[in-house]
Amino acid sequence: MKKEPRDIRPADGQSDNGRRRFLKGGLAALGGVAATSVAARAATPAPEITEVQEWNQFLGDGVAARPYGMPSQFEKHVVRRDVEWLTASRESSVNFTPLHDLDGIITPNGLCFERHHGGIAEIPPEKHRLMINGLVDRELVFTMDDLKRFPRVNRIFFLECAANSGMEWRGAQLNGCQFTHGMVHCVQYTGVLLKTVLEECGVKTNAKWLMPEGADASGMNRSVPLEKALDDCMLAFSMNGEALRPEQGYPLRLVVPGWEGNMWVKWLRRIEVGDQPWHTREETSKYTDLLENGKSRRFTWVMDAKSVVTNPSPQAPLRFKGPNVLSGLAWSGRGAIKRVDVTLDGGKNWVTADIQGPVLPKSLTRFYVNFEWDGKPLLIQSRAIDDTGYVQPTKNELRAARGTNSIYHNNGIQTWHVRENGEVENVEVS
Amino acid sequence: TTAQAEPLGLGREALPEEVAAWNTDIRPDGQGLPEGSGSVLQGEEVFADQCAVCHGDFAEGVDRWPVLAGGHGTLKSRNPVKTIGSYWPYLSTAYDYIERAMPFGNARSLSSDEIYGIVAYLLYMNDLVDDEFVLSKENFTEIHLPNEANFVADDRPDTPTMAQAEPCMTNCKESVEITARAQVIDVTPEDAGIPE
Repeated sequence: MKKEPRDIRPADGQSDNGRRRFLKGGLAALGGVAATSVAARAATPAPEITEVQEWNQFLGDGVAARPYGMPSQFEKHVVRRDVEWLTASRESSVNFTPLHDLDGIITPNGLCFERHHGGIAEIPPEKHRLMINGLVDRELVFTMDDLKRFPRVNRIFFLECAANSGMEWRGAQLNGCQFTHGMVHCVQYTGVLLKTVLEECGVKTNAKWLMPEGADASGMNRSVPLEKALDDCMLAFSMNGEALRPEQGYPLRLVVPGWEGNMWVKWLRRIEVGDQPWHTREETSKYTDLLENGKSRRFTWVMDAKSVVTNPSPQAPLRFKGPNVLSGLAWSGRGAIKRVDVTLDGGKNWVTADIQGPVLPKSLTRFYVNFEWDGKPLLIQSRAIDDTGYVQPTKNELRAARGTNSIYHNNGIQTWHVRENGEVENVEVS
Repeated sequence: TTAQAEPLGLGREALPEEVAAWNTDIRPDGQGLPEGSGSVLQGEEVFADQCAVCHGDFAEGVDRWPVLAGGHGTLKSRNPVKTIGSYWPYLSTAYDYIERAMPFGNARSLSSDEIYGIVAYLLYMNDLVDDEFVLSKENFTEIHLPNEANFVADDRPDTPTMAQAEPCMTNCKESVEITARAQVIDVTPEDAGIPE
């Protein structure tokens, strides 16, 4: 099939050209133009319009009723969910961001997925301390007040668990993008560059590694190379404009842009500076990637380019024939998303999606494809490309390279099967 | 030291007692190990008291709790059993982790000698020492775990990338078949908001 120029959608997020064009969503031709249709006429007047509703007539809550506002009562289904059988205890476990109910690129604080290893530490900020020790000129202790007096930065980054999509290595297992892809969130962090605080201590010339450590009952610790620490790591005390949530490390967490979530140590109380990695439990027993030949990769820090269609998806079926909006997220730990391609026929034919909203490095990026659904089955996939030229691989390409026991770093292309009744299922395709 | 920006004078010097209280991490070369020792038999007693309720009397794991011993020769199999003996590269990690995070729910409650004993017992349960063995700060780094050599550097990207070829856009496949389905497995929570 010859591709027509109008299928090429600019990925700069600036153009509106794509909005009015619709992709024909049968297994037939991509790039067809939607037939002009006239909206149907109702048989009887709608009571929602012709009758006075209670919210038209009576007073609602006053301003004192909701000192910290919550979502509408009609959005109660938009919550984090966990999968009980995944882990032995709820305190060392994970839950999932409801990606199918969200839009844009910023995750609301209360919906950011959680991953704890010793439960949520509840730390009074005045009792929290950050110690920096080891290969520095001055081993220092900081209070939260001290940290808030350093020059400050605001940056938007995604945080993805290394195990996101890990249950899918052997095949399609969980039914919903919340469960297959929901160990990711993206917020604006406010804090201090780690570099700024390290300079205050004076890093010695033989320093090569850092070991951040948490104050919680798991004492989470990892080894971070000094180059990364001096590049873009942050000590963050705010997310999306307010203090960190307790479950996200209040009052202080490490931000390690583009790298696996485990390294973003929460309740951060200490950073040791050294000349060798520590080989902690979370970088030997865990967060190492077993290959088919019995060897294991270690220090697999970067989260590679990845994407998922969030709507339609198993928790968000197609409900209407005719015009529909396909929506999804793409991200890369290696840089900015340059392009996202979408297929409705299992990878036979692809179109380039519209990217709407900011395209930031190491951040979630939102894409859309407007399409016309004729009621026929679809096999939907998305494929992210980042500004290093890396193309999101298929799951089979990953398995060919790594086998199926890696647990972590599954960034393979996801397939959703839309049936004729609009229900959507997590599947794999040839 | 490296040339740095002018310090702002924020924070204060850490006192030696403060650094000592928090600086408990252990490296593979033994840096950080405290004075002390513990035998397999002493470790067995502490393990039975403090650990066996989750990890089993023989470190074999109870229910879904982690298995700490066994699994040798399983890493290339369909169901690898990754334990201290079969998988972990360094013994220092066991000491460091037990000290900072175990027992689960009562961390940082064990003495140095108790941890040396537990680690000695775990070595014994993994058939790496005999039942007379005593682990101490002095002999700790003489112990090498079987899987140490099998950890390699991250060599991604390990799949085709655009550096090699522009991805196919049209007529990329003759046919597409569904090869696996999540609903056959049916393990998603029932209240997940998925329509019946």
